Amino acid sequence: MARSLLFAPRGSEFSLSQKFQKLNILIVFFIMVIACIGFSMLYSVAGGSWDPWAKNQAIRFSFALLLMIGIGLTNIKIWMSLAYPTYIGALVLLVLVEFLGSSGMGGQRWLDLVFIRIQPSEIMKVALIMALARYFHSLTPENYRKLYHLIIPVLMIAIPAFLVIRQPDLGTTALMAAGGITVIFLAGARAWLFWSGFGAMLVGLPFLWGRLLDYQKDRILTFINPESDPLGAGYQIIQSKIALGSGGLTGKGFLAGTQSHLNFLPEMKTDFIFTVLAEEFGLVGGLFLLGLYSILILYGLYASVVCRSHFGRLLASGLTVTIFLYVFINVGMVMGILPVVGVPLPLVSYGGSAMLTVMIAYGLIFSVAIHRGVSLPRTDSFG
Amino acid sequence: MTFDSENDRYQRFSRRTLMLGGFQAFLMTGLLGRLYYLGVVQADQYKTLSDNNRLSLRLIPPVRGKIFDRHGNELAINRKDFRVHLVPEMAEDVNETLASLSRIIDLDVEDIERILKKISRQPKFVPVTVAENLDWKKFSKVNVATTTLPGVRPVEAEARFYPEAELVSHLVGYVASPNEEEVRADPVLQLPGFKIGKQGFERGLEEDLRGRAGTSNVEVNAFGRVVREVGRNEGQEGTPVTLTIDLELQRFAAQRLGDESAAAVIMDIYTGDVLAAVSTPSFNPNDFTTGISQSKFDGLQKNIKKPLFNKFLQGQYPPGSTFKMIVAIAALEEGLIDDSERIHCTGKVELGSSTFHCWKKGGHGGLNLVNSIAQSCDVFFYEIAGRVGIDKIAEVARRFGLGQEYGIAFGNEARGLVPTRDWKFAYTGNRWQKGETLITGIGQGFMLATPLQLAVMTARIANGKQKVVPRFVYSIGNREGRAPDFEPLSVNPRHLSLVQEGMRKVHEPGGTAYLNRLTGEGMSMAGKTGTSQVRRITLAEREAGLDEIERTWAERDHALFVSYGPVENPRYALSIIVEHGGGGSRTAAPIAKDLMRKTLELDPMSRPVSIELPEVEATTEPGEGENG
Repeated sequence: MARSLLFAPRGSEFSLSQKFQKLNILIVFFIMVIACIGFSMLYSVAGGSWDPWAKNQAIRFSFALLLMIGIGLTNIKIWMSLAYPTYIGALVLLVLVEFLGSSGMGGQRWLDLVFIRIQPSEIMKVALIMALARYFHSLTPENYRKLYHLIIPVLMIAIPAFLVIRQPDLGTTALMAAGGITVIFLAGARAWLFWSGFGAMLVGLPFLWGRLLDYQKDRILTFINPESDPLGAGYQIIQSKIALGSGGLTGKGFLAGTQSHLNFLPEMKTDFIFTVLAEEFGLVGGLFLLGLYSILILYGLYASVVCRSHFGRLLASGLTVTIFLYVFINVGMVMGILPVVGVPLPLVSYGGSAMLTVMIAYGLIFSVAIHRGVSLPRTDSFG
Repeated sequence: MTFDSENDRYQRFSRRTLMLGGFQAFLMTGLLGRLYYLGVVQADQYKTLSDNNRLSLRLIPPVRGKIFDRHGNELAINRKDFRVHLVPEMAEDVNETLASLSRIIDLDVEDIERILKKISRQPKFVPVTVAENLDWKKFSKVNVATTTLPGVRPVEAEARFYPEAELVSHLVGYVASPNEEEVRADPVLQLPGFKIGKQGFERGLEEDLRGRAGTSNVEVNAFGRVVREVGRNEGQEGTPVTLTIDLELQRFAAQRLGDESAAAVIMDIYTGDVLAAVSTPSFNPNDFTTGISQSKFDGLQKNIKKPLFNKFLQGQYPPGSTFKMIVAIAALEEGLIDDSERIHCTGKVELGSSTFHCWKKGGHGGLNLVNSIAQSCDVFFYEIAGRVGIDKIAEVARRFGLGQEYGIAFGNEARGLVPTRDWKFAYTGNRWQKGETLITGIGQGFMLATPLQLAVMTARIANGKQKVVPRFVYSIGNREGRAPDFEPLSVNPRHLSLVQEGMRKVHEPGGTAYLNRLTGEGMSMAGKTGTSQVRRITLAEREAGLDEIERTWAERDHALFVSYGPVENPRYALSIIVEHGGGGSRTAAPIAKDLMRKTLELDPMSRPVSIELPEVEATTEPGEGENG
């Protein structure tokens, strides 16, 4: 019974109501629970008020939830056909943001399109995975491990990564590149490539360091020793660790976090929202949230493994890794084991763009799960 | 080239996904481990850090101890001070608010500039003092207006106030804002508006008067703003201090000295209690507590009568003829004179090439010791001083309290100067001259004494048995000042009685203060006039017979008088100096007479006993009791 609820049986073409039945309601429920944790934290950060953040976030989530289900119920064929156009579109927006983007949080990230403000880099996170999955899907079993077939994927990663790092947004770049490389890895590229790439990175680090901007260097230096500048760049990490540590096992209680309510914490409603949770609900609260994320990630990986099409497999696994990286980088950052890079906590941090990305990603994962039996033609349309 | 089947491709994907999943699980475990480390292993440490963050200890200023006179009259109190504070962040428009305020209270352009400057330098939630010392009427108006002036806070604070103003300023001193160095020594001084003693007993008894600051443990946010109070520890009020001063006598003395640049000390010859210590002209200490204006301060400093200078404690004057009793006692102790020997005064004495003059041009003729004190014959004292020598005179002078400090609580008392041979050689490198002994014999030359020292000298002469030491502090809180337990004076009573008789005769016919004798029942006094030269009288002047009055004020002699009374069973001693007052008998003696009269009038022994006994209640009649 439980098995049938979690993992829908194979099939190829279904009606809308059949698809809806195959939608994994338990996972949808977990997503809603995570979002609700986010609302309550935003409620707490506002000093016990739905205004201004929690309410906004809840409204956005409602729309995003509908969008996610809609995407999930849409045939995966459609998503495969939209993979390259989406990628091209996102690339155009990234170039546009270079010229027209408005600045926020020290980086050019936003594009003001009169009625909506969008972050093209967020769209690219999904679009890149889609495009890479599409590309590897089209390769034949005979030549998919050929080295020259990696040229196009590497370019597909490098171009947006270059544009995003110029914004400058180290966190998104890292997320995007890591997601892309994961897809290449899962697609079956030879293992020695990754080992030698890893080695090259070590060698290239000093060079990379020289190219970083001062505030990026600061973040990394203060990450290594936050106490070196307790009132400056290290302040965030120190205060965050104090909040996490003082929360203890069960926390200080809802709305009773002193670090957050007395404004010692920076960026509480966005990047550091996990800290608020851990301060008020302690280790137990933190474990609970991380447990929910683990379930979502496991589900994503499962969906990819049981999928029949390469596109579906790579799409689901690539997106799952992206979401995992979101969680890991954000939580690692607030705990002081990773440098402070602007990565939000999926579904919990305040903000529309990141939530939309995650919900779209889960919509696609659901689509993969629902259409796992659908076989997709290996139409080689690229180039 | 390897050939991979479609199946291999699926398997490789699954294998690698598993690897990836494992890697993710590993990383996730790392996060959990870190969370456990922070939240459980190091929780205590971070809890402390969190509390350090949020809790801040604020000091509550203690209420300063009051200062009373010996009868409980208030000399220094704390008064409600009506102030207006402005919290910039709460005001909609600071400029607008200040403009509205200036229509209620006096704020000129300079004030507003100063306030705006202060606002710009500190966080917006810290209140800025807009006005202090408001009267009740204006303060009420501000209170009414607060509803329309957001951010304006009428505040009632405690401020030091000296109800007697000028009257006791040299004794009590004043408080003012601490300087940076003082602030570093004690954090309580950082409190806005906190004042510390800068002069007089306010400074000398600072530790007792200040009290202990209370603390308020408050929760603050990251910007330092107080969110709520968590705990409170009321401090301890400053200890009240009672001085030995009798306010009524002090007031009388100050009024009697009037505009003169003068000082007077009246003390009890047995307890050492200083009943009055006046230095005129004086200053208003209340000006200093709120910050004196530069022009006012300049005016005080430039005044040639030196109102800021404590003349009874720090003023050093040649004692003049008031020193003759000491010379007499020294000569009697050495057996170089007795009560019967007469010395002939021709008006001058020659020593080598110098001539030493008596104040009386024609000379006194033959005089014995008693009469030479009464008539203040200079030649007599030139003669016996020459016989005794400077070192013996100095020894007796010290025994009578000259040339030393008494350790008055607020310090900076002047030592005076009792010259000796050694002192002169050490100080100038020259040998002592005989002529210098002669002029020391009439209290001139190097000899210097403060009015307080002269009062003590007189008190010891009148007391005759003990080395009375003056005291100004009667009690600190419940702790009374040291018990009057003085060292023995060890002077032959017969010698003293001769000197005392001479002082009595000063007020008798032929004495230098006969005109200023004290009459009335129980009223009597013995004294000694003194005139100390401010500058040497030139030969030409002496021949021209230039009168004192005709000289300019600053060139005139100081007028001195020391006295004790009543003659039989003496109780009080006093000393007076009127700077540039001319002769002691002309200027100082009349004042001394009035002061001694007032002192004796105020003496508790001379007042009629009026103890109100509680009326004894009528005993209830038997049988009434409980039954009613």
